Amino acid sequence: MSLLNLQLKVWRQNKGQTGRFQDIEARDIPDHASFLEMMDIVNERLIQKGEEPVAFDHDCREGICGMCSMTINGMPHGPEKATTTCQLHMRKFRTGDTIWIEPFRARAFPVIKDLMVDRSAFDRIQQAGGFVTVRTGSAPDANSILIGKDIADAAMDAAACIGCGACVAACKNASAMLFVSAKAGQLNSLPQGQPEKTKRTLGMVRQMDKEGFGNCTNQYECEAACPKEISVRWITKLNRDYAVATVHEAFGGGVERSEGGE
Amino acid sequence: MSAVFDSLSRFYASSIGKKILVALTGAALVVFVLGHMIGNLLVFAGPEAINEYGHMLQSSLHGAGVWIARLGLLAAVGIHILATVQLTASNRAARQDRYGKNATQVASKASRTMIWSGLTILAFIVYHLLHFTVRVGNEYNNPALYSYSLHGETVHNVYKMVIDGFSWWPASAFYVVAMVLLYTHLSHGVSSLFQTLGLATHRTWPLFQKLGHAYALLIVIGNCSIPIAILFFGLGK
Repeated sequence: MSLLNLQLKVWRQNKGQTGRFQDIEARDIPDHASFLEMMDIVNERLIQKGEEPVAFDHDCREGICGMCSMTINGMPHGPEKATTTCQLHMRKFRTGDTIWIEPFRARAFPVIKDLMVDRSAFDRIQQAGGFVTVRTGSAPDANSILIGKDIADAAMDAAACIGCGACVAACKNASAMLFVSAKAGQLNSLPQGQPEKTKRTLGMVRQMDKEGFGNCTNQYECEAACPKEISVRWITKLNRDYAVATVHEAFGGGVERSEGGE
Repeated sequence: MSAVFDSLSRFYASSIGKKILVALTGAALVVFVLGHMIGNLLVFAGPEAINEYGHMLQSSLHGAGVWIARLGLLAAVGIHILATVQLTASNRAARQDRYGKNATQVASKASRTMIWSGLTILAFIVYHLLHFTVRVGNEYNNPALYSYSLHGETVHNVYKMVIDGFSWWPASAFYVVAMVLLYTHLSHGVSSLFQTLGLATHRTWPLFQKLGHAYALLIVIGNCSIPIAILFFGLGK
């Protein structure tokens, strides 16, 4: 084990106020610590000095909950491919490095404190259509709906989205298209998702627009940043599904108008 | 009717709806740019070929054809610009606090400067129309100087106009700069429209990307060959 000496530039901000970078020296950081453990060590020292610790989001620390965030050196979840911040280890840095640590920046993700942002816009998008309506009661028979292996696999790839918001943070326009396309595409691919496909697609896209995210400019920074490697081909599918849904809504008969965005 | 209109206005109001319109108008302009270039390359076939082509455009559908094309192109350009300017404004608004440390992993320079390459091309289109279509500040509308006898009919001498137009080097230089910007615009735009229209797949995407670059290269080489041939290789002299 070796110890690292790092210069941190950490974003400090209270809700509703303007923020600033604070220079923090992080000495003697074990290289086997995770990035969040490094933040824990830094916070312990701040508390010992009687200073305010840095607020950041974290939960499972196993790379599956989608809670940890942070933009590290301009990249959400840091420079490692397909890795969440909690799974990023300090051995990826060198002693003497300067590390910029910022929140996920987007108007739709307002800062709560320091590195914590409010990502409940994603919850509202999900509520606008990111579900299938099923009957309650006893569990349905297994395999009563047959689904091709390739379709099931593709839907599973989309379902790998943990809703962390790295796509929004990485996007030059703070667009949420990768998240929305994965969540809509997962259900739109499956037989269970077909009855509500039009309503889901329109509802989720309208809610996305309403939350103040930007627009996709096909630059694919989102895909590069995604810790679960969600493909931008889901965005292709969402574009297609949205065009079809609009035609259905405008000219189709018997399809209920989506009110998801209202 | 109002329900249909309601759906369509919500389509335009949405992010994806605007993008689809940008892609469709972009596709129309992509096709136009290719046709325009092929027509212009007739300058290498001599005065007869390009003057006959110019006369055919002017006289098709008793002169209405050219106006139908112009109004269609104007609508396409207008929608393309209006929607992209609105989209760019909302993109800027979506991130008001900039990052202290910026990093770009995969986005191309061309994709990040689309609005600027596009607006420069707009300025070029205005100049180009004043130069060769409206013909202000020059003598190209003077029948005494720019007439050509085509099969006994007197038509506009497009050939001489092009040679004279590009013999003034600052005009040629501006054309070449505009074409380089058109190259960057198309290198992102052409493949991008397949993504926005929902036509790309895992299998076809690499093909669309190569196609976009090849198409952009074809256009820049084809269009720049004319002023370069006139200025440096004495075409028409």
